[in-house]
Amino acid sequence: MIVLIFKVLLIIILFVISLGVAAYATYGERKVAAFMQDRIGPDRAGPFGILQPIADGVKLFVKEEIIPNVSDKLLFILGPCIFMITALMTSAVIPWGTPMVYEGTVLKLQVADINIGILYVFGVVSLGVYGIMIGGWASNNKFALLGAVRASSQMISYELAMGMSLIAVIMMNGSLSLTDIVDQQKGLNWNIWYQPLGFIIFLICAFAECNRTPFDLPECETELVGGYHTEYSSMKLGLYLFAEYINMFISGAVISCLYFGGYNFPGLEYLSSVLNPNLVAVISFGALFTKALFFVFFFMWIRWTIPRFRYDQLMKLGWQILLPLSIVNVLLTGAGLTIFSK
Amino acid sequence: MQRLQIKKDMMQLTNRSKVVSNKEMSFKEKLYIPAILSGMGVTFKHMFKKSVSLRYPEVTREFSPVYRGMHVLKRDEQGRENCTACGLCAVACPAEAITMDAAERNKGEENLYREEKYAAKYEINMLRCIFCGLCEEACPKDAIYLTDRIVPTEYKRNNFIYGKDVLVEKIDERIDITKRKKEYTID
Repeated sequence: MIVLIFKVLLIIILFVISLGVAAYATYGERKVAAFMQDRIGPDRAGPFGILQPIADGVKLFVKEEIIPNVSDKLLFILGPCIFMITALMTSAVIPWGTPMVYEGTVLKLQVADINIGILYVFGVVSLGVYGIMIGGWASNNKFALLGAVRASSQMISYELAMGMSLIAVIMMNGSLSLTDIVDQQKGLNWNIWYQPLGFIIFLICAFAECNRTPFDLPECETELVGGYHTEYSSMKLGLYLFAEYINMFISGAVISCLYFGGYNFPGLEYLSSVLNPNLVAVISFGALFTKALFFVFFFMWIRWTIPRFRYDQLMKLGWQILLPLSIVNVLLTGAGLTIFSK
Repeated sequence: MQRLQIKKDMMQLTNRSKVVSNKEMSFKEKLYIPAILSGMGVTFKHMFKKSVSLRYPEVTREFSPVYRGMHVLKRDEQGRENCTACGLCAVACPAEAITMDAAERNKGEENLYREEKYAAKYEINMLRCIFCGLCEEACPKDAIYLTDRIVPTEYKRNNFIYGKDVLVEKIDERIDITKRKKEYTID
């Protein structure tokens, strides 16, 4: 019973945190963009513009909701819903911190500790393509369709290289469960030191999966008006934009779990021997949260540094460079494992 | 090779021109990652630079002392209009933006106009005006000056023709033009 209540609570908390992070990531994005371009950024709503996301949210809610006559109404509404749901579902398998203890019961800070956690993440992320594809198709607009086609082909192409770079991590850690992968990276024994090439490939693919610059061709304003969400307005557009930021946050968390030790940080073991386990759980959650937020910042940092790829360059990079490189990385990892395990 | 020679012989206006080369990129350049990292360094450095933006309605950027904005028709210390409708400003105006009608001062109007002749109508078309300041230079009576006020926007073109009601300074709110006053103006 305690476990059930705890899981429900955890789901609600994760839900709120994801949405809060997404809301403030929009603010963060605008601020980071402003600072990088020697501007001030939003600073009217509240001190330093801290209430800007709320103002934006209210604006999106009260805006007129337009559903095009020629669109497929059911699918048109379904598109952003699927995108949002898949974005929120991904956080279920991420181990957010060390276990908590309540009246002798050990409570894992993880909604579902399934032994194929990382496969689950991949499956759900791939489902996200449906949100974009359905939305773009149902809009009955050539720009939306083009954006959707670009998005889905891009995501499918980069998922291959991503999966291959992930295989190297799975080979090293010998498990598909995210809990096991994180547990093996105690202290500073992070996977990044063993898998630098794999990390770079994974990171580039994560950019492509999140449709972020330099791979933001699906919503490339200069060519496609707004890409797959051209016809969307009001909160349905808001859901698409929010889900994109949630995706960024979750992929930041997944990258941290896979390559940067998840909630591990040097001194965690000492702390857990001294402090109350519940407090340690909160601190370790803070560590993972900081890492994930750093990656959100990193995504923005890249966005304001690199221009967009051309579509053929995007495909060339994915198929001719990243995929072979990730296969080489798997071979290298295998060779390294056989040499060093003896 | 010959094209290069021509390029060198061409007149150089700046020293910033570079010869474009289409040479093969080296392996390091093909990796792109060093270039991306240095680009990220540039953007990161800019995060700590001082912002050039101003919070506009509260803070306004300071105008240069030689800024030429909306005109003012000055009054003297006793509040009498300086302008005598001599028409030199209208003659000097390269955009032909100024028109005026002269009138003779009647008895009892000595406190309104400084000299016997005054401008009954004085209009500047702000859409024609190029804010060159030649009217100010032409004026022998210290009557017209360009100030650091900005001409506001309007919806109708007619509203841009400013009459004396806008141009002449109010007696109780004088406009400071000491910045624009030159030593050689005849007083």
